[in-house]
Amino acid sequence: MELFTNQVLAGIATGAIYACMALAVVMIYQAIDHLNFAQGEMAMFSTFISWQLMQWGLPYWAAFIATLIFSFIGGIAIERVLFKPLTKAPILTQVAGFIALFSIINSCAGLIWDFTIKQYPTPFGSSPFLGSQLISTHQAGMIGITLLLLVGLYFFFQYTRVGLAMRAAAALPESARLVGINTSWMIALGWGMAAAIGSIAGMLIAPVVFLEPNMMGGVLIYGFAAAVLGGLTSPFGAVLGGFLVGIFENLAGTYIPHVGNEMKLPIALALIISVLVIKPAGLFGRNIVKRV
Amino acid sequence: MTALLNVKDLRAYYGQVQALHGLSFSLNEGSLTTLLGANGAGKTTTLRAICNMVRSTGAIEFEGKPLNNKSTESIVRFGIAHVPQGRGTFTNMTVEENLQLGAITRNDKAGIVADIERMYAYFPKLKERHTQQAGTLSGGEQQMLAVARALMLRPRLMLLDEPSFGLAPLVVRDLFGILGKINRDEKVSILVVEQNAQLALELADQAYVIETGRIVMSGVAKDIANDENVRKSYLGY
Repeated sequence: MELFTNQVLAGIATGAIYACMALAVVMIYQAIDHLNFAQGEMAMFSTFISWQLMQWGLPYWAAFIATLIFSFIGGIAIERVLFKPLTKAPILTQVAGFIALFSIINSCAGLIWDFTIKQYPTPFGSSPFLGSQLISTHQAGMIGITLLLLVGLYFFFQYTRVGLAMRAAAALPESARLVGINTSWMIALGWGMAAAIGSIAGMLIAPVVFLEPNMMGGVLIYGFAAAVLGGLTSPFGAVLGGFLVGIFENLAGTYIPHVGNEMKLPIALALIISVLVIKPAGLFGRNIVKRV
Repeated sequence: MTALLNVKDLRAYYGQVQALHGLSFSLNEGSLTTLLGANGAGKTTTLRAICNMVRSTGAIEFEGKPLNNKSTESIVRFGIAHVPQGRGTFTNMTVEENLQLGAITRNDKAGIVADIERMYAYFPKLKERHTQQAGTLSGGEQQMLAVARALMLRPRLMLLDEPSFGLAPLVVRDLFGILGKINRDEKVSILVVEQNAQLALELADQAYVIETGRIVMSGVAKDIANDENVRKSYLGY
């Protein structure tokens, strides 16, 4: 039983990271109707920035905040420079744009920081959390920061005018323009926020997977799985999907014979395909009540 | 009276297809003007061209200021509220959120709160349903919401694209009554595009008839309604 609880809690902790990645993916998907394949690489690059800042002597939390700001501005810059000109381009052109962005960021990171694996610090330490052997302080910190982020985002989208404008622009761009919302900037803002959320995921998972240019590959696939499971149109679903995928991944690795570490990733992919076959809109996909 | 909106030689294009062929008309401050015509005559395109939602040439002036080449969202800030065809309701948001979105360009918090209450007084049904998803409202209620959302801008000019579409006759009467009241009491100039010519002519004081992208008739609404030739050849009733 202790093994079970332990695995579930560890699943929730990594699930928090998948939830962040899923949320970042959903955010851009809502704005432009495409999956950002480069979301993981953007997060990885941000994590390297924070590492570099710490190498230069900045304390952890200062580097953390500076990286959030850097990522936010970087996300907006990527949208303005690369994707705004592609707004009306066919879908394959956009996909090519995402793949280009993926390899550009990946190669740049390799060029600047090389491909050797680096240690990444945790501000929470890795001792047992509150004396319990079930979960470490870093894992508890991952969960805590994610929950803070979620509550913050909820209030932003429900109770601020910018949040309302962003939702309107994502739901009905033409109507949004007709009430005076600059939808183009709302999309850019969505990119900035997605990049910042992704950077949080990167900085929190880096102590676990270690820092290197390919660190986010697996994490992004789990993030996609989470987003698809919860429903690409539902931020709430994406978050819940993240936690579910995290738990599922750990339990499958523990209890299904021969799964082990090597087979965990195919399980995420199998999950994506099963959801798409059985319930394409995901668990919480949009079911708009509509009267004709 | 001074012209609030002046449109000269307006030509609009969808790709290679030209939809408007040199349309000219003007709107007086405080007037309630209707633009009539059959399906495909270019009524909707005219409204879309005013808000720069379709490629067009020609001069469009609002209070003497040119609107050409301004983006749709910045034209709203001149005080032009456009209720598009199909109402443009944010169906997965609440009634109240829809109203707040109508005032998204305004910064006077207290004024917005007061205006929402004012809208609820105009449309009591909306107050009853203010926490409900807008998509669950009936067609008539959604049209009321669309008008209320437009008014939240405190517009100088309101553009309405076929507000009667898909509504029961009684609901249409109700709605048109409210539009008349808004025009009189709130001093909002209104340009309404309609297929229901009879009703629109009762409501409006000025009318333009358009056919295949050209103005073919203009004048006082009452005169046009009384001119049997015009009615038979252009309005079909």
